[in-house]
Amino acid sequence: MSAEYALRLYVAGQTPKAVRAFTNLRKICEEHLPGRYSIEVVDLIENPALGRGDQILALPTLVRRLPAPIKKIIGDLSNTERVLVGLDLRQRRALRAAH
Amino acid sequence: MAKNKIARPEIQKAPTGVPGLDDITYGGLPKGRPTLVSGGPGSGKTLLGVSFLVNGAQQFDEPGVLLTFEENANELADDVRSLGYDLDRLVEQKKLLVDYIHVDRSEIEETGEYDLEGLFVRLEHAIKEIGAKRVMLDTIETLFGGLQDTGILRAELRRLFRWLRDHKITAIITAERGERLFTRQGLEEYITDAVISLDHRVHEQISTRRIRVVKYRGSTHGTNEYPFLIDRDGITVLPVTSMLLQHEAPSERVSSGLPALDEMLGGKGFYRASTVLLSGTAGTGKTTLSAHFVDAACARGEKCLYFLFEESPQQMMRNMRSAGVDVQKWVEKGLLQFHADRPSRFGLETHLLQMHQAVEVFDPDVVVMDPITNLMAVGTTNDVRAMLTRVIDFLKTRGITAMFTSLTSTTQSLEHTESMISSLMDTWILVAVAEKERQRGRLIYVLKSRGMPHSDEVRSFHFTDRGIELLPAKTSRASTIPGMARKKRRKT
Repeated sequence: MSAEYALRLYVAGQTPKAVRAFTNLRKICEEHLPGRYSIEVVDLIENPALGRGDQILALPTLVRRLPAPIKKIIGDLSNTERVLVGLDLRQRRALRAAH
Repeated sequence: MAKNKIARPEIQKAPTGVPGLDDITYGGLPKGRPTLVSGGPGSGKTLLGVSFLVNGAQQFDEPGVLLTFEENANELADDVRSLGYDLDRLVEQKKLLVDYIHVDRSEIEETGEYDLEGLFVRLEHAIKEIGAKRVMLDTIETLFGGLQDTGILRAELRRLFRWLRDHKITAIITAERGERLFTRQGLEEYITDAVISLDHRVHEQISTRRIRVVKYRGSTHGTNEYPFLIDRDGITVLPVTSMLLQHEAPSERVSSGLPALDEMLGGKGFYRASTVLLSGTAGTGKTTLSAHFVDAACARGEKCLYFLFEESPQQMMRNMRSAGVDVQKWVEKGLLQFHADRPSRFGLETHLLQMHQAVEVFDPDVVVMDPITNLMAVGTTNDVRAMLTRVIDFLKTRGITAMFTSLTSTTQSLEHTESMISSLMDTWILVAVAEKERQRGRLIYVLKSRGMPHSDEVRSFHFTDRGIELLPAKTSRASTIPGMARKKRRKT
């Protein structure tokens, strides 16, 4: 895949948090990155060894693999503003102003 | 091994394999439970945890997982390698698994609910991969710097420790000492099974490491602070005060090396496994007398360990050769070993531990410490006395005959300098130089010798080309030494 935004969502099973995070992520991407993103879901229960590479500790964790540098956002992604800041789609200053 | 096991079998223990630590915990850490190890920076907590894992893997067939949260995780392997642990090899053999989790707050955005399931998954995966029975988490408090939501973190840590118990994992969790609490984040609130505290103090430029078992649920444990040492062999804890006065008292006698002196000691010399104090002012022949003692022991085929605190072994052997006592031949035969160290190089505890180790390794029949008074430069009188008490206990337990020389200051009275240590000694011999009619004479006197009739005479001696020779009793000049005369009167 040659998406501009390569995103990977780490979860452990179909927990409510994981489902929420995935739903939130899809919504944010459709709204702000239509046609420019790819989402790969990694379930650590199936592939525990994959947690090492991205230093996964908290779940769910969203990793922006592309564009560089790697960014991480942990949580169920319920705060869209913070997710956008985490993905570098919005300035941090704007977030503060919004609060 | 717990030598003084008093309590009935309690909870199951997982031995750490750290010499001494398993003694003060009566067998090790609580098996299948987490133990908190807290201490300041450089207190040795990481090394303690690594020793626990390495020994588990090598000696007790319990593979281990090391999960480190420290930033410079790669330095860990180098650090422990310098202490003789080859982690890489254990990793290759699937006896150890090292996993790094580094959390950098600056690169993480937090939004909404999360948990630390990722940590659990990785830990469980690692444990299953090698069938681990032991886990070390080093230092989990680092997470408090990496994650913002301390509420979640605390709840998850609580869950983690419960998880470790449920999985019957014996774990060491290291933590930084807090200002008021044992740990900065109050982790002791969650880990109630066992808490060990490490301390590294520097007093008058001499550092001492100490370990204390603060809490051990369901088990008796030594409650004192115990000194420990980190050297090229790893950690050694000295369970010094757990020793009891139980050593055997052999009735066998050993020669002092001088038949005339043996004569003064009930005709047979010292008791084996007894302690002998040899005191006198500078240049009175204390080292030469020790050399005679050592020479005689080696000639019987016994092994001698000689601690020098003032001279180098070469210098001592040269001086003894010129005094007519050749001890070098015993070194060459492997019966005599020297350990020379400046007292000021280490703290007393370190000296003590090094002596222990040297004795354990060489397994001597005779130990000489020459002169113990030099140790006074390192500690207070009480400290030195406490240390000697431990040394003596240790040597007696091993059935070792020990001779200590003590340099008496010319400006202080005998009692003042030595009253503190003389009570620890079974035999006390004084040597002195006395001047009379423009001639210097050397005198020797047995001040006390427990459990035997000993001579009350003050005998003269001189140096010959074959060492020291005592002169016949009648040439004594007791009155020339005021201190001796006074003591002699008081004894009767």
